Amino acid sequence: MKLIILDNYSQASEWAAKYIRNRIIQFNPGPDKYFTLGLPTGSTPLGCYKKLIEYYKNGDLSFKYVKTFNMDEYVGLPRDHPESYHSFMWNNFFKHIDIHPENTHILDGNAADLQAECDAFEEKIKAAGGIELFVGGIGPDGHIAFNEPGSSLVSRTRVKTLAMDTILANARFFDGDLAKVPTMALTVGVGTVMDAREVMILITGAHKAFALYKAIEEGVNHMWTVSAFQQHPRTVFVCDEDATLELKVKTVKYFKGLMLVHNKLVDPLYSIKEKEIEKSQSSKKPYSD
Amino acid sequence: MRGGQVAARAPVIQFTNCRILRGGALLREDLWVRGGRILDPEKLFFEERRVADEQRDCGGCILAPGFIDVQINGGFGVDFSQASEDVGSGVALVARRILSHGVTSFCPTLVTSPLEVYHKVLPQIPVKSGGPHGAGVLGVHLEGPFISREKRGAHPEAHLRSFEADAFQDVLATYGGLDNVRIVTLAPELGHSHEVIRELTALGICVSLGHSVADLGTAEEAVQSGATFITHLFNAMLPFHHRDPGIVGLLTSDRLPAGRRIFYGMIADGIHTNPAALRIAHRAHPKGLVLVTDAVPALGLGNGRHTLGQQEVEVEGLTAYVAGCLVSFPPLAPRTCPLCSRGTNTLSGSIAPMDACVRHFLQATGCSVESALEAASLHPAQLLGLEKCKGTLDFGADADFVVLDDSLHVRATYISGELVWQAEEARP
Repeated sequence: MKLIILDNYSQASEWAAKYIRNRIIQFNPGPDKYFTLGLPTGSTPLGCYKKLIEYYKNGDLSFKYVKTFNMDEYVGLPRDHPESYHSFMWNNFFKHIDIHPENTHILDGNAADLQAECDAFEEKIKAAGGIELFVGGIGPDGHIAFNEPGSSLVSRTRVKTLAMDTILANARFFDGDLAKVPTMALTVGVGTVMDAREVMILITGAHKAFALYKAIEEGVNHMWTVSAFQQHPRTVFVCDEDATLELKVKTVKYFKGLMLVHNKLVDPLYSIKEKEIEKSQSSKKPYSD
Repeated sequence: MRGGQVAARAPVIQFTNCRILRGGALLREDLWVRGGRILDPEKLFFEERRVADEQRDCGGCILAPGFIDVQINGGFGVDFSQASEDVGSGVALVARRILSHGVTSFCPTLVTSPLEVYHKVLPQIPVKSGGPHGAGVLGVHLEGPFISREKRGAHPEAHLRSFEADAFQDVLATYGGLDNVRIVTLAPELGHSHEVIRELTALGICVSLGHSVADLGTAEEAVQSGATFITHLFNAMLPFHHRDPGIVGLLTSDRLPAGRRIFYGMIADGIHTNPAALRIAHRAHPKGLVLVTDAVPALGLGNGRHTLGQQEVEVEGLTAYVAGCLVSFPPLAPRTCPLCSRGTNTLSGSIAPMDACVRHFLQATGCSVESALEAASLHPAQLLGLEKCKGTLDFGADADFVVLDDSLHVRATYISGELVWQAEEARP
């Protein structure tokens, strides 16, 4: 894995956005070759979304040939409810950029047959050629998407009942009223995300520090489902100082030392305004580990 | 729904780079329009999976709901209270010219007039939707003749009336019918007024209290009978008194029916109401304030003599007075002619356009831009029970809106999503 440690939330958000921008531009998407992006919701990725919107508004990035697949959606919440993940994606991302609605995919938590909806979602990912880059977050209990502790590490998109930890964490979006928080959700499986060609996990804040420790310094364990990505060939963890508080000093020092190398992934920062992308730059990939 | 399917084929226009008035705030949001209505873009995105057919850059301007003027007696030489053969053309002319003031809907107002005028004019002013031809007519505002003698203002004394024993029939006989009527201003201290108020309210007509010497108790009873509006607050009524606030006291009365809001018109032309008085009313009851122009035929014309119903009106600068005689007077001086002792400093309507009233109101009260805009759009719509489709930029409402720059000058006016007026500089 690459562990990218930035000083604070806004720097971490910006690094992640720059990385996504460079990945899309270097992929050189077109009408026959879409860039497939997996996307998260929640407060962690908000800063990253804001930067991506800024890049679009400045003319440096376009989502015209990007297809998106969101990780999850609540079951039973009306699509236009202000807390649904459809509303989140519309208000925080889609409405500000040039993505075509037909290229966005979010699970429908009000489908008549929920498992059929999940199976169809897997088919859509397959039809799009698989996910190029899956961006996700981590819950305080170490879950990825809604793969709560105990979820199979080879699971696929399915219906999940939410753990109390998650319901508590989400209560603040429902006026602090636990009774209003949905108890079930549709979510991509750990296996679904593992199938992506690259995975980027955003982790910020001290309240996520223990989960990060469990995810990368302890073993692969279905109680901390993000740990599954220790077995993925290409994972990037982007975090701020606070999220590293439970890690060994040795781990933090090692990866901070690597920032010189890792920053080459975001510098130079590419833009669609440039007529020519330097050929030499793209052929010489920074070494990965 | 069939109708919905037809609208679904209409082009989707996305107004970008603007701030829209929605939910009482100016939001940095795009305004989406389809089929003459405001569209929910999230629904369009997720359900129809469509993008806009056309994007229009608004240059950072403010998009507010179109202004609604519920008291306007005429303008540009047109006098709604004149019984001409072709009242329709006059109404159409005013409707077209006020588009440049940001007004997208209005209530042509008739001042106290003889029966013949009502019988001839009313049938010629039907309710009509707005469009490129002009602002929409919501219905007629009948200001008088059932008003107080002492507070008649510019209304002709000879044609004032009080209710006869069979009051409502008297009203019908006077006006010749109530089709096309939207608002009636009357003085509640007149005998039998309560049955009239109840009958008019039952017909869906808005009853307004004005040109009256009613005390607070009488005014409250009138509201309990159904009255919901006050015609040009402070003007043509008893002044506020601390032991009997009169009609003005309705703004803070605790004897109104539960859930009922009293609305009050204010002429914010800088002349009819001292800014301090404007502020007192606004602070006491901001949600009821409705900006009206009370414009007279001289609106849009220069200084000089014009008519207003049966009266003559003298215009000087921004002020219109009931004309005394042919001698001209210096502004604000006591207006008594030394030769004939006739003269008046009775104000007679106003010639400030609606957008000027909005600007003056904003400046005089120091209120927020949102409040000033709502006073000219949302509140009159709420008064007339139209707030689902007018006076708002909520999804599903009619796409009647005005494009304003930061100083609240009108750059463009839209009705049903169609550009119906544009400032010179903006034209290609």
